[in-house]
Amino acid sequence: MTAFCLVELDGGTVDGTAAGVADVSLRAITLARGLAAGSADASGPGGGVAAVVFVGGAPTGGAEPGVGPGLVADLAAYGVTDVYAVSGIDGYAPLAWARVLQWLMSAPANPELHESPPGESSHPAPEHPGHAVVAAGTERGNEVLAHLGAITGLPMAANCAQAVDNGDGGYAIVRQRWAGLLLEEALLEAPVALLTVATDAVSAVPVEAGAAAVHHVAPSVDGSDLAVRAVETPAGAGGASLATARVVVGGGRGVGSADGFGPLEELAALLGGVVGVSRVVTSEGWRPHTMQVGQTGTKITPELYLACGISGAIQHFAGCSGAKTIVAINTDPAAPMMTRADYAVIGDLHAVIPALTEALRQRRSASD
Amino acid sequence: MEILVCVKRVPTVGGAITLTADRRAIDTKASGFAISPHEECAVEEAVRLAERLGGSVTVATLGPAAAEEQLRACLALGASGAVLIETEPGLEVGPIATAAALHAVAAGGRFDLVLLGNEASDTGDYQVGIRLAHLLGWPAATGIKALAVDDASGWVSASRTYRGVLEMFALELPCVVTVKEGINLPRYPSLPGRLRAKRAPVTRVPGPEPAGAAAADVRMTSLRVPDAPKKQATVLGQGAEAVPALVDVLVELGVVS
Repeated sequence: MTAFCLVELDGGTVDGTAAGVADVSLRAITLARGLAAGSADASGPGGGVAAVVFVGGAPTGGAEPGVGPGLVADLAAYGVTDVYAVSGIDGYAPLAWARVLQWLMSAPANPELHESPPGESSHPAPEHPGHAVVAAGTERGNEVLAHLGAITGLPMAANCAQAVDNGDGGYAIVRQRWAGLLLEEALLEAPVALLTVATDAVSAVPVEAGAAAVHHVAPSVDGSDLAVRAVETPAGAGGASLATARVVVGGGRGVGSADGFGPLEELAALLGGVVGVSRVVTSEGWRPHTMQVGQTGTKITPELYLACGISGAIQHFAGCSGAKTIVAINTDPAAPMMTRADYAVIGDLHAVIPALTEALRQRRSASD
Repeated sequence: MEILVCVKRVPTVGGAITLTADRRAIDTKASGFAISPHEECAVEEAVRLAERLGGSVTVATLGPAAAEEQLRACLALGASGAVLIETEPGLEVGPIATAAALHAVAAGGRFDLVLLGNEASDTGDYQVGIRLAHLLGWPAATGIKALAVDDASGWVSASRTYRGVLEMFALELPCVVTVKEGINLPRYPSLPGRLRAKRAPVTRVPGPEPAGAAAADVRMTSLRVPDAPKKQATVLGQGAEAVPALVDVLVELGVVS
């Protein structure tokens, strides 16, 4: 089988400038690779993982529009055997992207899925059908695969942690519910498996260095499929840096007021990190929702999460359980955050945080 | 401006999720129920739009008879109509069948805008809104954190953040938009709202039969609660006296040089 994997790039859509493969896509590729390798016809034609990269507007006529050798090498290092560089679509257009994935997965052996071909293509479609289309469980990945599910009538399994080809047209999957607080074991029966991969449930694992062939395709897309298209502008710091920060200093109800966050922000700046908050903080209006960690906020994966005055509702754990190390500071030693942390300090954050900041400052000036 | 908001009754999970003996559902004997935070914001957004532009808000849900409780909660917040697509208690309806059932309510030219939460907080399928949009033949935007409707031109501007980039979408009405918590701060129900909600009629229509509920969709076989890491927190000390030990931990983790 071929598992087509939608690749997202750091910095959003490529515009021809150097862009790296997003870590979440490497995780999705790792799951797709296991799926393709475990299938009955793994060694047959077209077996492997084919990465699909949308490189933006009209082809410039250059040899490799938008997909440089560095990007291809990065993909090959994670087991990608073929890279489809799709040009002709300017920016992120979810339905148009889904149409292209439909076209790619509907190679000759899957004609029944090829209901509305995206017009004349200046380049041939792959010779072999795709039996899986995989994307990262991001805003874009889930959105594009939901469109693909809708236009093909196929089921779509969001936020998978595992997927195995049963060899009988069925796939045994494990997927996240409740943002990962609950796991669902399920059977997906479909000619093509549509899956997104939970961003915090699969690790990106490289393979022995391999090589990938690059195919430039420029399928023409119906104008109506481009009706909804993103206009991108750089967002202010906030949610994005929270998701990728190495250190997050968390504040909850125990902070007590909007003004109470000053010492936390001071400490976060000293540690080169950012402040995150629990839901009660945004409900109280102390800090904006862009700073919220949890099921309905941002999922974080820092080296250190320093949770101050946060009791630890399970919806909060859904957002912070990807932290490598959790240190909790709380007056209540029985709070869930204290019992599930790696390290705990029993006490009032209003005393501990300024003392910690002062100790770190002294340490720094001593080493200068 | 006629707006339909689709919501879902889900258990309010507190300290821990416990499952029924057959591991096919959450044990809700001791839990309450609510709609998700994303959906609370969808209702609030719809009510604000109707207050500003005129028109009315209808809420719809697919669920058991008991989901009337959630519809009345939405009525108390300012919705004026409610539709319960009634399924038998305990029946789990997949996203494909859910979208089809909601389509029967949303179709017919009555609505200008359909709002949903970005994803249901329980099953997290991330697709009902888009499948509904395709059935209606309408454009869709998902994960929206800011929404502006210009009813004079008939266009909607919707934005969200993605990997540090602000993505802005322009959609022509009628359209489907799924929203996320943070788009607004939902109001609390007023006393007159609650009284009105008690008396308001709820339209009931039959939902999918069990045979059709999961047809050709992902079929759940069982649920499990992931193993919590068996960690025993190391107590570094009490109050500010713990700071030297805390600094040692930060050095060990490499976040302090």
